[in-house]
Amino acid sequence: MTEATGSSSSAEAPFAFTAENLAKAKTIVARYPEGRQRSAVLPLLDLAQRQCGGWLPEPALRYVGDFLKMPHMAVMEVATFYTMFNLKPVGRHFVQVCTTTPCWLRGSDEVVSACKKHLGIGMNETTADGEFTLTEVECLGACVNAPMVQINDDYYEDLDGESMVRLLDALKRGETPKTGPQVERQTSAPVGGPTTLKSSDSSGG
Amino acid sequence: MLSDKDRIFVNLYGFQDWHLKAALARGDFANTKDLLAKGPDEIVNEIKASGLRGRGGAGFPTGVKWSFMPKQSDGRPSYLVVNADESEPGTCKDRDIMRHEPFKLLEGCLIAGFAMRAKAAYIYVRGEFYREAERLEMAIGEAYEVGLIGKNACGSGFDFDIYVHRGAGAYICGEEMALIESLEGKPGRPRLKPPFPAGMGVWGCPTTVNNVESIAVTPTILRRGAAWFSGLGRPNNTGTKLFCISGHVNKPCNVEEEMGIPLRELIDRHAGGVRGGWDNLLAVIPGGSSVPLLPKATCDTVLMDFDSLRAEKSGLGTAAVIVMDKSTDIVKAIARLSKFYMHESCGQCTPCREGTGWMWRIMERLVEGRAEKAEIDQLLDISYQIEGHTICALGDAAAWPVQGLIRHFRDEIERRIDARKPVLAA
Repeated sequence: MTEATGSSSSAEAPFAFTAENLAKAKTIVARYPEGRQRSAVLPLLDLAQRQCGGWLPEPALRYVGDFLKMPHMAVMEVATFYTMFNLKPVGRHFVQVCTTTPCWLRGSDEVVSACKKHLGIGMNETTADGEFTLTEVECLGACVNAPMVQINDDYYEDLDGESMVRLLDALKRGETPKTGPQVERQTSAPVGGPTTLKSSDSSGG
Repeated sequence: MLSDKDRIFVNLYGFQDWHLKAALARGDFANTKDLLAKGPDEIVNEIKASGLRGRGGAGFPTGVKWSFMPKQSDGRPSYLVVNADESEPGTCKDRDIMRHEPFKLLEGCLIAGFAMRAKAAYIYVRGEFYREAERLEMAIGEAYEVGLIGKNACGSGFDFDIYVHRGAGAYICGEEMALIESLEGKPGRPRLKPPFPAGMGVWGCPTTVNNVESIAVTPTILRRGAAWFSGLGRPNNTGTKLFCISGHVNKPCNVEEEMGIPLRELIDRHAGGVRGGWDNLLAVIPGGSSVPLLPKATCDTVLMDFDSLRAEKSGLGTAAVIVMDKSTDIVKAIARLSKFYMHESCGQCTPCREGTGWMWRIMERLVEGRAEKAEIDQLLDISYQIEGHTICALGDAAAWPVQGLIRHFRDEIERRIDARKPVLAA
């Protein structure tokens, strides 16, 4: 295993929001009542993580703390409590496989082994070229489309070993694969079409 | 079976456009100004009369919850917080509301916010639902643009803002006090109650936390009347409900059905039946990972509502139905849930922090039969020492699946221990 390089920030480089992110950060802070700017710590850490290529080097944590007038230690406490903040670099494609019971019942073991085999890495490892990081996560809330993975911001659902490999190959080729169900199916409706809401006059409301 | 005309979420699957124009055509925000003209008290009474019980798991009457909010401000503003931190294993219904019916949620926020005299709503969306939060933000933008929310919302004279707040990956933030802590920019560690959120919630202000589905159904209830909603389902278990059917069924899906539908009918009619047929069923977790499983014999007849499932020592929870056929390693399935709770414990209370780990380690050995039979009762004992001895309900949620397993599958656990014994002796 090697640590990702690529576009990721280095651990010591000074950090500041880009002009665009600075504007976004100000909009976010304005959502909360006067004097409660600390509430923006999760969205701002997320913004910083995106700017750093998927992880939070220490200077970014300090910067967010200063920005919100929060003690650095309080920012660190938040950054270590929530699983979505990465305190180490991750690959360009951050592959998060759900293995909680609903996904496990429908074959998440097969998805995990397909990822390991095809990427040649184990859990919490990054490929030598810094392209892929593999990790196991708890329930991502797409259980009727199990098994599923999240890669960066998108969900890929109704997977098996074969479709997982296809997905990874498409990403390797620099393509943007279709998100959502990887079988013929409309979102959370049953395969083959819904059993309800078939009449066109169901105006509801 | 519920007829389509009684379904609230007509765009549940996103076959139709989600944008404002299409939502208006579906009837969202049709006469919101008139609904608000009823006044806060009448709205609360109407929701009470509908019998709506919270859709996030606990099933507390929604109208009663709203009535706890102060009618006169002491100077502090009040807030509505919508719990969209959907993370209970098996549950994926709020996701569909956010991505396909966002305007039902927004109209519900306005109405609920008005009824509890709140200044604004914060919708706390689990961080992983990035696309759903993005869509919600877009929907909020569209609603502001035409004055449905914001200053003088819907021409009602009432000012109301709605904001999206994304979490960052923590199951515990679905617990209302942890969610409030998280919204304040802290780790999501539940606070002791009292004080209850209606007295002192986010930023020390009166707050009500409601589930996405609870809020999103309220505009339709007011439009069609409490009697329509309470006429569906069974007494004390009224209305329609979004069910998530996952696991070993032929066609896993989400579906809106009537409360009190028989479990078997739900699975057979909408999810294409149990893989290999009904007789191949082993057990069902009927309400998300936190509730005890039901063996097949109970599944044959049980109705899907709060009181019926409670009578079977389980619960409706989030109505996430996890189906397991006879090929399932049932001990392993529950052991995986024990791992989940160990991972998600916030670490604040000793019984939960330590106990979830103990339970998981024993469960892992039980999977292989590497245990003494006396340890089954020891495991039960640990679960009782966690249950009811923690600040929040995560401890209970960790204990119940294990208790359910032992209640219904003690034979299977003992069989594994017996099967392993000769190997050890050899």
